[in-house]
Parts: sequence; structure tokens; C-alpha cells
Amino acid sequence: MSSRARQLWRSGEPFIWLTGGALAFALVLVLGLLGLIVANGLGFFWPSDVVRLTLTDGRTASGLLVEREPIPHSPGRYRIKLKVANRDLYGADFQWVDESAIARREYPRDVMVMERTEWGLLIGTIKEIREGGRTVATGAEQGLAELERRLPGVARARRDIRSIEKGEVGAINHQQEKIRLGLRRLVNEGVTSGPAVDSLQREMAALQDRYKTEEARLVELRGRQTSSVVVSADDGKEKELPLIQILHVDAPNAMSLPAKVVRYLARVVEFVSSDPRESNTEGGVFPAIFGTVMMVLIMSVMVAPLGVLAAFYLREYARQGTFVSAVRIAVNNLAGVPSIVFGVFGVGFFIYFVGGTIDRLFFSEALPSPTFGTGGILWASLTLALLTVPVVIVATEEGLAAIPRGTREASLALGATKLETTLRVVLPAVMPSILTGLILAMARAAGEVAPLMITGVVKLAPALPIDGFWPFVHFDRKFMHLGFHIYDVGFQSPNVDAARPMVFVTTLLLLAIVVFLNIFAIGLRNRLRRKYAMSAV
Amino acid sequence: MFTQVHVAANLNPQTSVAGIMEMPMVEIDHVSLWYGEKPALKDISMSVPKHRVTAYIGPSGCGKTTLLRCLNRMNDLVDGVRMTGHIRIGGADIHDPTLDVTELRKRVGMVFQKSNPFPKSIFENVAYGPRILGVGGRSDLEAVVERSLRGAALWDEVSDRLQESALGLSGGQQQRLCIARAIAVEPDVLLMDEPCSALDPIATAKVEELMLELKNSYTIVIVTHNMQQAARVSDYTGFMLLGELVEVGVTRELFTNPRDKRTEDYITGRFG
Repeated sequence: MSSRARQLWRSGEPFIWLTGGALAFALVLVLGLLGLIVANGLGFFWPSDVVRLTLTDGRTASGLLVEREPIPHSPGRYRIKLKVANRDLYGADFQWVDESAIARREYPRDVMVMERTEWGLLIGTIKEIREGGRTVATGAEQGLAELERRLPGVARARRDIRSIEKGEVGAINHQQEKIRLGLRRLVNEGVTSGPAVDSLQREMAALQDRYKTEEARLVELRGRQTSSVVVSADDGKEKELPLIQILHVDAPNAMSLPAKVVRYLARVVEFVSSDPRESNTEGGVFPAIFGTVMMVLIMSVMVAPLGVLAAFYLREYARQGTFVSAVRIAVNNLAGVPSIVFGVFGVGFFIYFVGGTIDRLFFSEALPSPTFGTGGILWASLTLALLTVPVVIVATEEGLAAIPRGTREASLALGATKLETTLRVVLPAVMPSILTGLILAMARAAGEVAPLMITGVVKLAPALPIDGFWPFVHFDRKFMHLGFHIYDVGFQSPNVDAARPMVFVTTLLLLAIVVFLNIFAIGLRNRLRRKYAMSAV
Repeated sequence: MFTQVHVAANLNPQTSVAGIMEMPMVEIDHVSLWYGEKPALKDISMSVPKHRVTAYIGPSGCGKTTLLRCLNRMNDLVDGVRMTGHIRIGGADIHDPTLDVTELRKRVGMVFQKSNPFPKSIFENVAYGPRILGVGGRSDLEAVVERSLRGAALWDEVSDRLQESALGLSGGQQQRLCIARAIAVEPDVLLMDEPCSALDPIATAKVEELMLELKNSYTIVIVTHNMQQAARVSDYTGFMLLGELVEVGVTRELFTNPRDKRTEDYITGRFG
């Protein structure tokens, strides 16, 4: 090395550049990832304009412009990807169009984008509105006016139907299931006839009658919805769509910017607050948000006491020596075990052993269909609690080690017992560290997918883990989870292209939830820190 | 009250319980102590008179802190400690198996070398001991806290911010807070382990002044490195060296007219 190079190295300057460069690289990676997610995710809700392409061969194609890319092996030529929707009419949601084949581009103001309960978006112009087969309005302008007049009533009817299906019929099903299990229990006890059986059967018959009444109401409500809209799409194709299937109608080309912003926000709200449709590729993700947050909360409730108590024993009571050091190393290494292994353990221990035992003891009438002996939110949360307990133990232990011996001695010298010292002095002082551990545990748990897939997460849960039926919180239920939702929508969906923006939006949402939970816990920790500002030592 | 102080001439403090003819509060009787195999205290006997300040001086590692921590059995917390001999406080043997160590510690308060307030509010720091004793009423606690803080000459400085964290106080204030915390349970004896070693001269002067006031109500035993401090605040001084209590006597006499050559060497600065 020349003396100048050596001098430069000794000055420390290159090392500073090296460290700074490493940090910058890491930041670029993180920001790039975030930027990709945000850019791909947030555009999803924007009501973009519908372009109508007239091709040189006379065909037309209307749809939303998705992307533009060079045609492989043909330099200088580009093609565009159009979301033409109307899956039921064309067979596919997307269409590639060679740019050189486009004769004309238009943005007709009367093109409608309709969100419907089935088959994804419908794009086209309104031809006429029918009521029981009779035409009541024709043309785009009149048709739209008539449609807007009718939609609120239709939406109300849909809500009514849904409320009967979910509410009354759901309650009847729930009670019938209870009676069925009651009968099974009696059979198991050897009672096949007698007053108990008769009374249950009478109840069952009464419920059956109620069910028939509700069913008749549903038929009547559905029968009343006879109006439909006829939409003409490209190349003379037409679709008659019952109004009851329409969720929302937009004319994006005629919308002003503020109107688009309002619509954008409404779609964001709808996304986070409604149920998924069309095998998760449409609609919202509310059940997944609910499942994720509830699972993380149950996990926190389980992991905090477990980890804190274990750390207290290790640091405050256990005699420090080789054995305790070995335990400490083992706990640290536990954090490195692949999470799927915890999932397998959860299935074997929690579901088959604990759940199976609970089923045999308390839910034997439902066997062979399991109650707790199958994946559920409780088992998933417990599995994650096991997965994250090392994080809490390590953080708590470090907090305990940072409390000066003098603090404990001061308490003992005042005549406090060891227990009083631990509870009144050590525990409050170590609280910020416990919360730090909990924050890390929650962040890890919220993002974990693999162990959940085998301990209780499903693609589509029929009901939330909390509802109006006794006992209101159903720990045995399967649930939906944002992390699994990403995997499912992105890689298991029948229509991956259409679902891709959902992947980014869902990722963004999961990140937002983790950040939100963290901010909450960090706020709590800072409040505690301010209250009991610990000295440096 | 024994106002006249007699120091029995030619009494070897290593073998005799008494050397001081005042009413004794603490009697140390042939106490030896080992950390594992290492002797830390060698056959120490003396008595600590009531409502006086008794100081232990000596070079680092001579066992004075160990002796102090014997008096409230804080050495019990250290693994591998073995002790022989007897210590009586107020006439009762502190190793009496029927006596709970927490009861002893409630009667023998301690102030540590490094101020160690709890990470709690000023109020809660002082109220900690009374709460442990079972004082629950808010007004009772407030009275105790005010009395203790006044006793520790801290009330005027903190009365308007009792709910703030004690760790926000200055070093000197923290140490006086620890004194307030110790006297809040009204102990018979107050042990002070180099209470001023981390304080600046002004804070030291305040704590010393406080000790002179506190001795009217409490028996104070202080360990100090600082011979001037021992001379200023204590009524009696013991000089320790390598685990032995070389000499004990009235402070002024010990400093002006030491009987032992080693004491003379130490206080004249020839070693240590």
C-alpha cells in the first residue's frame, strides 16, 4: 500500500463511506419495495377512463388500459394490455392489442363500468332498462337516469335478502344444529325416546316451519326484483343484467376529478369494510383484517404473561450457571426454528392432542366432526405465541438485566420481601422492555403465514370468530388472514391477472396494520418511559 | 442518659464488646465473616451508642461496608457468605430464627453509596416503605411523605413536583430522597454506606448537616472514605484495616491522639 492510500485508510474516511453506503443500499431496497407496493396497490381503486379502440379490421375493444410493453422480437413495436372485463361475454378479462392495429382511440362519455356480484366488472353502454320483460327506458341517457332512480331500492332489497339469509336463517340453522347435537347427546346416553326427545323434536319441527316461512319470504323478495338492464358491449354483444346483481355503476369518462377522488375514497372504504366476492378476487377483505387483528391480539394476551414469567424466573430466581446459560441459548435458538415447524407442532399438539381431548370430553355429541380438534383461531394464536415467546423472553431479560442491583437492594433494605420487590419495583421498571418485546412479537406474528395455513386459516371463512350467537367469541372457528389472503389471491386464484392489484393492496393493508399496532405499542411504551424515566445505568 | 463519655483505657477493641460507655443501640460481638474461604471480617466487637453518629473509616477493601451490611443482614443476599458471632440491635439478636429478616430491615434503614431511587415518582419513592408496612390511606401517606421529605431537608425543593419522576432530580437531591425514603419507616438505626462519595461539596455539606440533625432521632452508622467527613459528623469513629477493627473511640481523640500506630499512619496519610 502506498503511503497516501495508507494515510487515507487511517483517516477513517473510507470506512465512513463504506458504512454510509451500506445504510444507503439498505434504504434503497426498503424504499424500492415500499414504492412498488404503494404504486401498484394504490392505483387499484382509481376509477380510470375507459378507452374504446377501433381496430384496423373494424372490430372494437373497450376497456381499461393496464400496461404497455414492447412486442418481443419486433423492435419498435408496442402492444397494450386492456382490461376489457365482461368475462361472461368474452371469456377472458384481458386482451392484448397490437398498437399498430389501432385505427382510432376514443373516450366515449356514455360508457359505464358496473360492479356486479358475479363475473367481475361489466363494461359497456346502457341500451335499455326492462321491468318484467317490458322496456321502460331506452338509450344511454334515459337508461342511466332510470337506473339511478331504481338502484337505491334494489340495494335496499339486496340488503333485506342478505339480512334474512344471514340473520334469521342463520339463527334457525344455529338452533337446529344445537338441537341436532342435543339429540345426538341423548342417543349417546342411550335415550332414544321419551319426553326429552319428543320436546327436542317438537322444537325442531317448529324451527323447520319457521325456516319455511323465511324461505317463502326470500322467494317473494327475490321474485319482486324483475328489473334488469341491457348493456351493449363491443362487437354487438349484449348482456341483460338483473339490477339486483349491480353493486355500483360508474361512468368514469364523464366524471370530474373531484368526483373521481370521492369514488376512490369510497372504494377504499368498501375494500376494508366489505366481504370478499368471486373467490376473493373482488370485494373487500374485512374478514381477513378482522381475523388478523383478532389473532394478533389473542397471541399477545397469551405470549406476554408466558414470556414475562419465564424471563423473570431465568433472571430473578434461577441460580445463574451453565444450565441457565444453556436454557438461554436454547430460547434464543428457538427464534430461528422455521415457522412451519411450529405449525406442525401446533397441529400435532394443540389440534390433535389438546383439541381432540377437549372434543372427547366436552363435545362428544358432535363427533366424528371435530369442534376444537381442527384448526381454529385459538390454536393458530397459540402456535404463534409459541413462535414469538423467545422474542418476549429475550427482551424482558435484557430489561431485567438493565435494572441496577441497587434498585432491588433499596427495596429489600426497606423491609420489602423479594416478591414485593419484584412486583412493585422490578415489574414497573421493566415494563417498557416487555412492551418492546411485545411489539417485535406482534410484528412477527402479523406477517407469519406458513404455520397458520395448517392451524386454522382458510381461504374463505363462512363467519367471523365473533358474532351474535352464544358464546359470541368462537375460538374454535377457522378464520381469514391477510398474509394468507395475499398468497391465495396472488397464486391460487383462477384469475391471477385480475387479482394482482389485490395482492399489492392487501400487502399494503397488512403493512398498515403492523405499523398501526406498532405505533400503538410504541406510544404506550413511551408514555411509560416518560413516567418512569430510567436513568442511563 | 449517659452524657459523660468514657473510653476505657487500654481496652483492646478486638476482644472487648465495650469500648464506649453510652447506652448501646447496636452491639457487635465477636463477629467474623468469610466470603467463601476469604476472610472479610476478623473477630470484631464494639457497640454503637444510641442517637450518635458512629463512623467507620479505613482503606478500600478493609471490610467496613461488609460490617455495615451485616447490621441489616444484606449480606444474606450474597452467595457463599459465612458469619460467626452475634449482633444485637436494641438487645435482640438479629439472627434469631424467630425474627423475620424483613422485620429487621424495617428497623434498620440503609442509604447506599450510589443513590438508587426507584424509577417512580418522588411521592411513590418515599411512600414505598410505608406502603410495604401497610399504610394505605392517602392522607396518612401524604403526611408521612411530607414529614420524611422535611426530615431529609428536601421538602422545599420538591413539594411542587411530587408526582414527577425521582430520576429527574440532581445527584444530591436523589441521595437526600433516599434518606427520606429510609426514614419514612422510622427505623431505629440508619446505616449510610459512603453516602456522599458521588456528590459534589455543596451536596455533601447538605447531607452532613442533615446527619447532625437526624442523630437526634436516629442512631446513625456511616462508612466513609473521607476522614474529614468522619471528623466533621461523627461522635465515634472506628478505624478498620484488613478486616480488623484496629481502634475505636471518641472521634476527636482518635484523630488527635490515636493509640495504635496503624491508625496514626492512616490518618496522617502515610498509607491508604
